[in-house]
Amino acid sequence: MRAIKTPLIAALGILIVASAIGLLTNSYIQLIILFLFVNSIMGMSLNLVNGYTGQFSLGHAGFVAVGAYVTAAITTKFPVPAGLIALPYFIAVSLGAGVIAGAFGYFVGLPSLRLKGDYLAIVTLGFGEIIRVSLNNMSYFGGALGISSIPSMPEIDLGGYVISTFATSLIFAIFWSIICFFVIWRLLKSSHGRCFLSVREDEIAAEAMGINTTKAKIQAFVVSSFFAGIAGALYAHFTNYVSPASFTFLMSIDAVIMVVLGGMGSMTGVLTSAFIITVLPEILRSLKDYTGGVDLRMIIYSLALILIMILRPQGLFGDKEITTIRRKNVSSST
Amino acid sequence: MSAPLLDVRNVTMQFGGLKAVEGLSFQVQKGQLAGLIGPNGAGKTTVFNMLTGVYTPTLGEVAFESKKVSGLKPYEISSHGLTRTFQNIRLFKDLTVLENVLIANHQHVKYSWMDALLLNDSFQKEEKQITDKAKEILHIFGLSNKIDERSANLPYGEQRKLEIVRALMTEPKMILLDEPAAGMNHSETHSLMELIAKIRKEFNLTVLLIEHDMKLVMGICEQIFVLDHGVKIEEGAPEKIKSSKKVIEAYLGVDADESH
Repeated sequence: MRAIKTPLIAALGILIVASAIGLLTNSYIQLIILFLFVNSIMGMSLNLVNGYTGQFSLGHAGFVAVGAYVTAAITTKFPVPAGLIALPYFIAVSLGAGVIAGAFGYFVGLPSLRLKGDYLAIVTLGFGEIIRVSLNNMSYFGGALGISSIPSMPEIDLGGYVISTFATSLIFAIFWSIICFFVIWRLLKSSHGRCFLSVREDEIAAEAMGINTTKAKIQAFVVSSFFAGIAGALYAHFTNYVSPASFTFLMSIDAVIMVVLGGMGSMTGVLTSAFIITVLPEILRSLKDYTGGVDLRMIIYSLALILIMILRPQGLFGDKEITTIRRKNVSSST
Repeated sequence: MSAPLLDVRNVTMQFGGLKAVEGLSFQVQKGQLAGLIGPNGAGKTTVFNMLTGVYTPTLGEVAFESKKVSGLKPYEISSHGLTRTFQNIRLFKDLTVLENVLIANHQHVKYSWMDALLLNDSFQKEEKQITDKAKEILHIFGLSNKIDERSANLPYGEQRKLEIVRALMTEPKMILLDEPAAGMNHSETHSLMELIAKIRKEFNLTVLLIEHDMKLVMGICEQIFVLDHGVKIEEGAPEKIKSSKKVIEAYLGVDADESH
């Protein structure tokens, strides 16, 4: 009974908050809020590979693109059921998008994870670009024009009380964010996740202790691409439009910045930096009003990043979690 | 005599034009405590790397429990029950002492990803079981009060001990110790040696160790192999090695008068 009650109460809570936000804000701010979750999932999933397994991947946008395109293709080409069924339908589609992105991750990871460091970064960057350029040339997926009018999350009419699109979107986003957080968090507390950490720490020693490091790396990569695909699915629904131009390697770089800024191997760190990366550029937009039309947005944004990296080279949280920072500090000072 | 536990047959390791080990054969019997010694650069660590799959021998083969293991991946050899420690400590530095030890148990873990995600009984039971096992071995090595410490923060001697604990956690039949006493002072070395003898009995282990401290090697090893320039020059009980002319020459050089 409790297992049903808790999510129900949570959903109700989200609904109330969402309606409040929906009433108080405009669609621009609502989209930023939704993108907080897209970026969080992107950052958390990349952190599994870059932060916890220590394999530097620069091709995350490729897997986001796969997820986004699968979602876009299915939901535009097959009619979406109306009303209450639409939400589980979208969840099923996004699950499929994640699985296909995960399969891509497997086939990209298999050859490229033999490489290390810079070489792996270059190869994954290459694969990410291959995916984007392929999409650019596939007329089924609209070529360079991409796919437009992807359905948004549904409006649900509960006999007079209408749950807005924003509210259902928010539920959808929070649903996947929690799953992503929970899966990675739980995994790292198990023997399977500890394998990932051992690969990061010392591959030779891990092998000598009986760990198949190639398998561990590929597992991490597949889980990571699965959630990248999920992030792509959210992206497609929230923007209603995908094109190859949305998934350039700049998106991969953004994801890497989230991981490095938050601290390689810190879940809460990545969530914090996902918040900064999403919100800071938007806040800086209003700066234009005070500087007489001169756009200093990107300059200040970059400066802020540089400053953080100078002052906190290990990232905002290092490899610690927000819950353990105080305790660790105390024990290291003694 | 029954078949040896470890059988190295005519093994050669060549790196380009350099033959690091050449035509090496030796056997270690089950339950034995054997030593591998030799001057610097004799190829001792190369032998360990071949035995554990880091290198595949250019020629010859290695058999463990009469099964060929040369050519297998390191993790496969580890699952056969042959494990090692490293000369230049290779701990998982940023992880805690306990995590270091738990990782070595991975090949025996039965619960699946799903069990871990669902936090179900089989996950919790097994996780508790392996944690208890890890703590037990850590206790033998006197590391009980350090389990939550970052392993890189341990003093040097304890890091060496932790490497042995980690290796023991893989449930090996045979353990290769690469200079376990390097950098330890006399009393630390002494207690480590007692510990090695103790765990050998308790875990029913066969041990092969590389060591530079002659007193130590002669004190505990039952069988000693001497390597020089990649070739085995002598083997036998400590008394035999002590009086071997070839061994003395390898360590101290040839007497000037005799070389004429």
